[in-house]
Amino acid sequence: MENTKILSSRFGKIKPDYVEEFVAAGGYEGLKKAITMKPEEIIQEIKNAYLFGRGGAAYPTGVKWEQAYAIPLEKGPKYMICNADEGEPGTFKDRHIMAEDPLMLIEGMTIGAFIFGAKEGYIYCRGEYSGIQKILRSAIKNATEAGFLGENILGTGLNFNIKVVSGAGAYVCGENTALVESIEGKTGRPRRKPPYIKNAGLNMLPTVLNNVETYACIPWIVKEGGEKFLSLGTEFSGGTKLMCLSGNVVQRGVYEVPFGTTLRDLIYDLGGGIADGKKLKFVHLGGSSGACFPEELLDTKICYNDLRKNGLSLGSGAVLVVDDSHCVVDYLKTVMEFFEDESCGKCTPCREGNRRMVEILEKLTSGRGAKEDLERLQSLARTMRNTSFCGLGQSAPVPVTTLLKHFADEFEAHVQGRCPSGKCSMSGVRR
Amino acid sequence: MEKINLTIDGIDISVAKGSTILQAAKEAKVDIPTLCFLQGVHEPGSCRICVVEVEGWRGLQPACITKAEEGIAVKTSSKLVRETRRDILELILANHNRECLSCKRNQRCELQKLAEDFGIDSNYYEKKGTCVELDQSGPVVRDTSKCVLCGRCVSVCSNIQKVNAIELANRGPDTSVTTPYEQSLSLRSCINCGQCIKVCPVGALQERDDTEKVWNALEDPELHVVVQTAPAVRVALGEEFGLPVGTNVKGKMVTALRRLGFNKIFDTTFSADLTIMEEGTELLHRINNGGKLPLITSCSPGWVKFCEHNYPDFLDNLSSCKSPQQMFGAVAKSYYPQKAGLDAKKVFVVSVMPCTAKKFEADREELKINGLRDVDAVITTRELAKMIKQAGINFNQQSDSHYDELLGTSTGAGVIFANTGGVMEAALRTVADILTGEDLQTIEYHEVRGLEGIKEATVNVNGMKLNVAIAHGTGNASKLLDTIREGKAGYHFIEVMGCPGGCINGGGQPILMDKSKTQEVNQLRAASIYSLDRTAVKRKSHDNPEIKKIYAEFLDKPGSSKAHQLLHTHYIARN
Ligand SMILES: Cc1cc2nc3c(=O)[nH]c(=O)nc-3n(C[C@H](O)[C@H](O)[C@H](O)COP(=O)(O)O)c2cc1C
Ligand code: SF4
Ligand code: SF4
Ligand code: SF4
Ligand code: SF4
Ligand code: FES
Repeated sequence: MENTKILSSRFGKIKPDYVEEFVAAGGYEGLKKAITMKPEEIIQEIKNAYLFGRGGAAYPTGVKWEQAYAIPLEKGPKYMICNADEGEPGTFKDRHIMAEDPLMLIEGMTIGAFIFGAKEGYIYCRGEYSGIQKILRSAIKNATEAGFLGENILGTGLNFNIKVVSGAGAYVCGENTALVESIEGKTGRPRRKPPYIKNAGLNMLPTVLNNVETYACIPWIVKEGGEKFLSLGTEFSGGTKLMCLSGNVVQRGVYEVPFGTTLRDLIYDLGGGIADGKKLKFVHLGGSSGACFPEELLDTKICYNDLRKNGLSLGSGAVLVVDDSHCVVDYLKTVMEFFEDESCGKCTPCREGNRRMVEILEKLTSGRGAKEDLERLQSLARTMRNTSFCGLGQSAPVPVTTLLKHFADEFEAHVQGRCPSGKCSMSGVRR
Repeated sequence: MEKINLTIDGIDISVAKGSTILQAAKEAKVDIPTLCFLQGVHEPGSCRICVVEVEGWRGLQPACITKAEEGIAVKTSSKLVRETRRDILELILANHNRECLSCKRNQRCELQKLAEDFGIDSNYYEKKGTCVELDQSGPVVRDTSKCVLCGRCVSVCSNIQKVNAIELANRGPDTSVTTPYEQSLSLRSCINCGQCIKVCPVGALQERDDTEKVWNALEDPELHVVVQTAPAVRVALGEEFGLPVGTNVKGKMVTALRRLGFNKIFDTTFSADLTIMEEGTELLHRINNGGKLPLITSCSPGWVKFCEHNYPDFLDNLSSCKSPQQMFGAVAKSYYPQKAGLDAKKVFVVSVMPCTAKKFEADREELKINGLRDVDAVITTRELAKMIKQAGINFNQQSDSHYDELLGTSTGAGVIFANTGGVMEAALRTVADILTGEDLQTIEYHEVRGLEGIKEATVNVNGMKLNVAIAHGTGNASKLLDTIREGKAGYHFIEVMGCPGGCINGGGQPILMDKSKTQEVNQLRAASIYSLDRTAVKRKSHDNPEIKKIYAEFLDKPGSSKAHQLLHTHYIARN
């Protein structure tokens, strides 16, 4: 399992921004092959690979690129954008790619530019990653000098340049339409859809937008073929995934695993199990807006289908492990405080809903909660999921509903004025 | 036109392709509540009060921005929809400073109506609203504790008025509508047009209340309080008392003002005629002496401030004439006391205006005469209605009465100042007579009327071709001036009014509960103004007997040094 390295194979082995070392270690072979292929053939390989977007929404990349390619050339994609905002708590995989093998990402974007004839690329990189932005800029400069970017790339007539844009520091800027607004210099708030990014993205022109890890998979797929990529994973989930293991585990970090690995293997074999001899209480999968689930579901495979069957989704690949010393209500309050602060404020259900969920959770954690508060959490969750403007508000209630489902007793106890794990002060209990 | 078929709550309906679910529902006679939506002006789809269920679609859809599709089945009042809308409304209300009794929007508030329609009778949530900022620094007062963050004001200010004084800022619980750098509005480029107030669904935006100032003056036995009423007020005030839109209530209004205790009731249309005399003369003078052209009108203080901020290179084009409001004040504190044997210091001038920017104008430092402010207090149409109600005057049953003499006689020309194109038409009537030396009978210039954003015409007067243009709403003005800046247009005379539609749609006019009817209402008010002109005894400013009198007995002639001293002003470049 540890040998399946296609994304992290060069990590720590090359100077990240050095084109010579990158090329010596197999870099740019994907691009060199791509320019000998027809765009349709490249897209077919990506479709064969069953590559799903690694940014969280898991949209099939081959389909996305096929749709973008179907737009007539003169109206076709003008920009390749890389979503490197990495704002999801517990997610730090894109950082590794950019810090340790940025040229892999740049190569992936350049293959896209070749397909679509796009001239401009943007890497929208999380504001806090200033050191990484330097590495990216240096890698871009070196690639340009070596003829892999800039004018007439590898003699193909393709002109393509990439700019690094520093993120505005809001979680919602990772949402694709808010991201392009932010690049345009506006406040990062999601746009109405339709029109979609592929038709009207940056500057309202056709745009292709993908996550860092998604682009990073492209060179390997082109070089080795889509079927080989698929064969690494499961029937419908091709390749490998960078998983971010954090929380109460012995060995936190980024692990590249093939699809099909179980969560248990990841947490116990690779991550060394639960720290400090405690027991696992639940796993929060896919980022803050992912599902929280207990031990019973740990044998689920990391595979889009298996996860979906169990009501889970992979999200960004964050695996946050929480041990049994924690209180679920208190934990949930912290999560919802994050959404409260990060809601862009545009639509009512998300702006007000997250706030009021926090209010209710404050009541519960201080012993002032009532039975109807739990019902209210459920109804707010439904309203937010059904009516929020963008993915943030739609998925923010997922931890609420999943924790309510799996830990109903613990919520009940709080209503009774008791915190089983002793974390909550319960100072408001009337005795 | 291509049609699509769908059902709404089981009703089969066929609508034009491209219609939204909201439009389709309207055709099916199904009402869907809305809050943020203002067709053509602001369509963010953000409040989500309008959500509906579409069979087979994931989640709920905002009806206001979701296009209807062939064959869909829409449910607008299923249990899920009703519960969800209620959830959303409760969320909005939880963040709201619910003090209807002390709120200026009481009974004209879209949120209040929603709460009533939904039967909201309790407040589940505990914490108070987070955004509480009271900005009372200028004529436009912002109370964010009432704001529902719909964003309508931001769209109007940036897209229609092109001012960009306010924005939706911050995130999460700190989200608020505020000015850049959170300075008070009066320190920014806000032109005080009040268009934001007109679109606000709730009481978060209001004019500064100056009624107390007026009550106090009326109570003060030392003061002689005179009032002037702008032309646009007479065709709108009735709405505040439930009369049909466009009803002319001039006579009742004059009676009510007298009942309120004003010593004299005068008419701004008189000083509108005075403006035409001065401005018409200025125009001919500039044309004949190679002066700066185009001459641009300066009667709209919102527009003037917009020009000072954004087009300082055009300040020399602005007419040096004070606005009718200020001209009135200037003569009310010079000519009038002289004639009436009063001490000018004891004269207190109140204006009733359809406009919030007039409050700012009256406060402008330079608009004084012999050390006295031209105008002492400005109230809007809405504020006057409130005073009448407070005084217990049964407005609708008042009989008609007339303005007082000396500064109270109007012509049709003065009345049409209320409409976009009106100042232009009034000026043309006078300029044409002067140039031909005749009493011309064709006096209606239909090419300058109507609600088109920018109007252009070439008027042939006695062999002289006058190129004129009219813009209303500062967004349109800005477009027009850009073409001039680029050297693409050669006009002699331009009329600009700060508000779309002109004064009839000013920021101080009655608030419409159904704001989608704005255009319709503007048309009715405008038509009423034109009918007042049609039936007027005199229809040209220079035929106004009181105008003749003031020149003969006091001002000498238009453009005289006395006129300049009293009736003209200058402008300041601002940034
Ligand atoms: C609130 C929100 C935050 C998001 N943040 C990120 C992010 O930080 N990085 C990312 O790649 N995608 C993020 N996404 C997903 C993007 O909108 C988009 O789906 C993705 O970047 C597309 O690329 P992919 O198809 O390669 O995954 C976010 C979505 C939402 C709704
Ligand atoms: S769901 Fe609404 S408020 Fe939340 S981030 Fe998206 S657009 Fe903004
Ligand atoms: S804004 Fe409307 S709901 Fe709010 S206090 Fe005023 S009248 Fe009442
Ligand atoms: S008064 Fe006019 S300029 Fe000022 S904020 Fe309102 S709309 Fe903008
Ligand atoms: S001030 Fe009024 S119009 Fe502006 S966002 Fe708030 S509620 Fe809407
Ligand atoms: S009215 Fe439709 S979202 Fe506000």
